[in-house]
Amino acid sequence: MIRTPLRPLARVLRARETGENPDLIERENRRLRQEAARDQARGRAETRLLAVALMFMCAFVVLGARMGLLAATEPLELARGLPEDISSARADILDREGRVLATNLSTHALYAETHRMVDPEGAAHALAEIFPDIDAQRMAARFTDPNRRFAWIRTRLSPEQMQAVHDIGEPGLLFAPREMRLYPNGRMAAHVLGGATFGQQGVRAAEVIGVAGTELFFDERLRDPAQIDQPLQLSLDLTVQATVTEVLEGGKQMLNAHGATAVLMDVFTGEVISLVSLPDFDPNNRPAPPTEGEPADSPLFNRAVQGYYELGSVMKAFAVAQGLDEGFVTPDSIIDTRGPLTWGRFRIRDFRNYGPELSVKDVMVKSSNIGTARIMQSIGAERQQEFLRKFGLLDTMPLELAEAARARPLLPDRWSDLSVMTISYGHGMSTSPLALAAGYAALVNGGRKVTPTLLRQDRVQTGPQIISERTSEQKKVMLHQVVQEGTASFARISGYPVGGKTGSADKPNPRGGGYKKDAVLATFASVFPAHEPRYVLVVTLDEPVDTTGPEPRRTAGWTAVPVSAEITRRVAPLLGLRPVSLDVANATLGLAR
Amino acid sequence: MRSLLYLCTALGVIALAAWAYRENHMTQQAMNAQRALEREIVALNEALSIQRAEWAYLNRPDRLRELVDLNFERLKLVPITGTHFGEIGQVAYPMPAARTDVFDTIELSGEIEQLSAYAEEVLP
Repeated sequence: MIRTPLRPLARVLRARETGENPDLIERENRRLRQEAARDQARGRAETRLLAVALMFMCAFVVLGARMGLLAATEPLELARGLPEDISSARADILDREGRVLATNLSTHALYAETHRMVDPEGAAHALAEIFPDIDAQRMAARFTDPNRRFAWIRTRLSPEQMQAVHDIGEPGLLFAPREMRLYPNGRMAAHVLGGATFGQQGVRAAEVIGVAGTELFFDERLRDPAQIDQPLQLSLDLTVQATVTEVLEGGKQMLNAHGATAVLMDVFTGEVISLVSLPDFDPNNRPAPPTEGEPADSPLFNRAVQGYYELGSVMKAFAVAQGLDEGFVTPDSIIDTRGPLTWGRFRIRDFRNYGPELSVKDVMVKSSNIGTARIMQSIGAERQQEFLRKFGLLDTMPLELAEAARARPLLPDRWSDLSVMTISYGHGMSTSPLALAAGYAALVNGGRKVTPTLLRQDRVQTGPQIISERTSEQKKVMLHQVVQEGTASFARISGYPVGGKTGSADKPNPRGGGYKKDAVLATFASVFPAHEPRYVLVVTLDEPVDTTGPEPRRTAGWTAVPVSAEITRRVAPLLGLRPVSLDVANATLGLAR
Repeated sequence: MRSLLYLCTALGVIALAAWAYRENHMTQQAMNAQRALEREIVALNEALSIQRAEWAYLNRPDRLRELVDLNFERLKLVPITGTHFGEIGQVAYPMPAARTDVFDTIELSGEIEQLSAYAEEVLP
């Protein structure tokens, strides 16, 4: 750096010439030099302050970011062993009381790294001794194949088998940790749970993925790492489910039915308390889908949800409800029931001749096809469709099962006047037992639409009002009278007044055209307690025959009703309902006697 | 003065280095302990889930039903039905007041008598 001289000679000489004091120049320069030094010092101090401030800011930003990150991240489940992309974790499924329906169990898979094997032939023979279904020759061929370094042997091992494999002492046989889906209750609620299988497989873990039922419907939720430790709570009650299964199984055997199904639902919350479809299967060992025969006869088929059937007279409740709700009739209106009712070349007959006229109440109680057809005749196709659509009977009934969305009701191609009449008594349109249960729930809960659900709810559903409260009251009375005076007399059980409607539908011929002879689908849709319904129970038996009498009886009154009554008798106390006398029920419903 | 300053700084650096060394080891120890704890938690969780699965398996409705049938002689358990509900009026009144006409007994025997009397009243 070039120092500026304090007394530059040129200026001093000039000052001397003009007679000025040269010391002033020196002082002036000294002042300038001091000022420059001061400015420099200030500048340096400012830079330092800035640097310190920046440093602090960075530190705080880092701290803040870290805190934010910690607060925002989801807690992670501690992984077993090293983390890997494949996660085998899956949340438990519980029933409404917290009892385990599905859980995970750690187990091991067995694989071989052939290049590490000492005695491949010996190992293959030893394995064949432990697992009888392994062929020693083929296993040895796999182990000695030079192109192969790796082979899966077993996907699941029991602890005993694992010990036996350990005892072989072959270093090339290795174990891979696995999570296995376990359904401790076996066949119980098989159709609701569905089943699970292994997805992507790695050495350290294998994905467990759902294949059907709630396991498939909630697959993402069950595998979501953030919700692994929160079990999925269903609305099912294991005790009730077990009881319903037991009774239904007994009924199915006694009545020699092909299949049976029962749906028990809360009329206010829409919670499905029990859903049974027989025959069933063990979800721990889910059978392969059938490759031949009728798929609807397979144990995998969920009759309650996938099974859309013509259910017969149970549908009369909706026709009569529409007549009442739209003011066409009152319970005491007289309907002309002279038969047969001829429409073109089609004739509508009653099971028995009920005389020339019946009141609307008796049309329900005696289950007159002609009566309901006559009521519906005056209402017409458009309004009938609109009414049934409000109950959700014309669309797929939603439920949290993977299968539910794939099934659809079968409706007539052209909704003619004849369809109007046949549909009024449950032929010409198919309905699933679940949809029927939801419909009956709306009929008796004060007229509000209910959507069935498999998840535990803690509040009453507030669906749209689809029929008036008055109609709902009248329906309760009628359903009660069907049991007390009509076709469902076997449903009279002491302590628990039941209301309901029977339905015995002829089964359509699978080869097309007409109906099968002597093949009936018997249904009983009931609500209990009849005077203030809390639950709806739909029981459907496929081709039941009661052979205790002199001639075989197939109608629902002799088949589905006794089974349903036994279910109600066993289940009502489990649901915490106190028994009441018939007088109380009659008084509440405003009936004399 | 200046050498004192140097000495102090040097001592300070040594002290800080020792502190950092100690801190480093403590951190590593804490991390090891945490890993061990995590492993333990995983193992315990696993054990817990196995226990839970086993409990659920042992309590499955089918098995309980079989057990009830097997032990019917001793336990006489039947499915609950409407007839098992009682009225509030069927519940017995509280124990009668202690008897005063019994002499020369220790208090314990008096209570046993009362209890059996109470039991007779309650049981049909």
